[in-house]
Amino acid sequence: MRRGASGRLSPQLKLALVLALTLFIVLLPRRPDPLYALPAAILAGAAAWCRLPPGFLLRRLLVAEFFILGIAVLSLVSPATRPVFLAVLLKSNLCVTAMLLLTWTTPFHEILRVLRRLRLPAVMLSTLALMSRYLPVLAEEARRMERARSSRAFGRKYRALWQSLATIIGQLFIRSVDRAERIYLAMCARGWK
Amino acid sequence: MHLPDGFLDGRTALLTASAAGAGVGLALRQVKRALAPRQTPLLGLAAAFIFAAQMINFPVLGGTSGHLVGGALAAVLLGPAAAVVVMTCVLMVQCLMFNDGGLLALGANIFNMGIVNACGGYYVFRLLKRLAWMEPNRATVFAASFAAWFGTVLGSVTCAGEIALSRTAPWMVTFPAMANIHILIGIGEGLATGLILLAVLRARPELVAGLGDRPGESGFGFLGYGLIISIGLAVFVAPFACPWPDGLEAVAKTLGFESRTAAPLLASPMGNYRLPFIGSAAAATAVAGALGSLVAFAAAWLLAWRLAPALAPRKENAPSGN
Repeated sequence: MRRGASGRLSPQLKLALVLALTLFIVLLPRRPDPLYALPAAILAGAAAWCRLPPGFLLRRLLVAEFFILGIAVLSLVSPATRPVFLAVLLKSNLCVTAMLLLTWTTPFHEILRVLRRLRLPAVMLSTLALMSRYLPVLAEEARRMERARSSRAFGRKYRALWQSLATIIGQLFIRSVDRAERIYLAMCARGWK
Repeated sequence: MHLPDGFLDGRTALLTASAAGAGVGLALRQVKRALAPRQTPLLGLAAAFIFAAQMINFPVLGGTSGHLVGGALAAVLLGPAAAVVVMTCVLMVQCLMFNDGGLLALGANIFNMGIVNACGGYYVFRLLKRLAWMEPNRATVFAASFAAWFGTVLGSVTCAGEIALSRTAPWMVTFPAMANIHILIGIGEGLATGLILLAVLRARPELVAGLGDRPGESGFGFLGYGLIISIGLAVFVAPFACPWPDGLEAVAKTLGFESRTAAPLLASPMGNYRLPFIGSAAAATAVAGALGSLVAFAAAWLLAWRLAPALAPRKENAPSGN
């Protein structure tokens, strides 16, 4: 099973643990410090326990690293904040790993259930639920339109390319609105009040 | 612009989270009051739409590409309150499902991209649309395109302020770096937003103009979001941008952080520090900002002028057609 042993933990507990760990990491002193070994060890242990595949971890970390390095470089520029650089780098990577563990072990609908129990407003909940449900649908629709466009259009003229990409997004919005209308009718047909 | 965790200290994370909470709370109140039941699924689908639109890459010079953020686009299409809710959901899903942006930095990301970018952009859109002396569709494209640039830049400035307030990097570094990059990115965002609106206007003009009274458009909405954004600017940006140090001290005092700021006050260790090449960075950024706004303005104008005529015949034909 994808989630390994952690499937037995309740999603609330996992969310709370990750939040606590992130808070702990953020509040650590802002210089390389032996204390950083503690969250690192916890994360390594948890990753092994949840059977987090290293490939997945590295791939996602690499994506995040662009942002992290991009901002962290700013603290290298001035001598006043140079000591912060390493600490910030460590902190962000540890936090991203903690979040990766959460997303790996907890499907979004379970997080949604926790948010419902936390009394998140109903508008937010329904928006989040519908969004997570229809995101793959709309992403696939966008991919399909993009594939159709690239098979019909040749060359790389910036102006035409931007215009046709914008048209795809515009079409995607129109389709989303129409789909929302159909969903509403379907909801009513099923007794939604 | 998605801030990962680790760059903001606890205090800044708390401040941004409360600013974001106030904005989202206000938006939820307005949306709940104004949204018709049949529009309930629209918000979820709009959030999925914004996320899917962010996945489409626009080619930029030299083989690089960028994507839309969509705050201003959402605000123009759905109204400011719904846009705040939609952007908040997008950012939450990006954080919890795709690890894009940190968990404790979520408040900062919602504030920068959901509130400052979307609402800040939206009220510029409203103002420009009223001032622009053009045919309404053209005015919409022009105003939205420029507003998207403005929102992007404003959001990056608050982001720079938050990083500086956390003492991760001095303001004299974060401000020029963030602002200059986003002055460029914003031009792309503006062009893309204008082109997308044009596409929607061509196919289904009623979706842009005719959504009726959208939540948050009233004077109260303007007042509320305006207040939240200005407080955010006052807390995150003003302490660095203006020479008086008392602004932050006063805030720190009222919020009870006095003891923490007794340790070197954030601006002071590097405030007077000057590196040779960033000594005049703020001035250079101001010039870049003025230049960027001119370019964005001209691009928005050109976009509306050159491409919008395609709309006019359709509008004239409509009454006489059939």
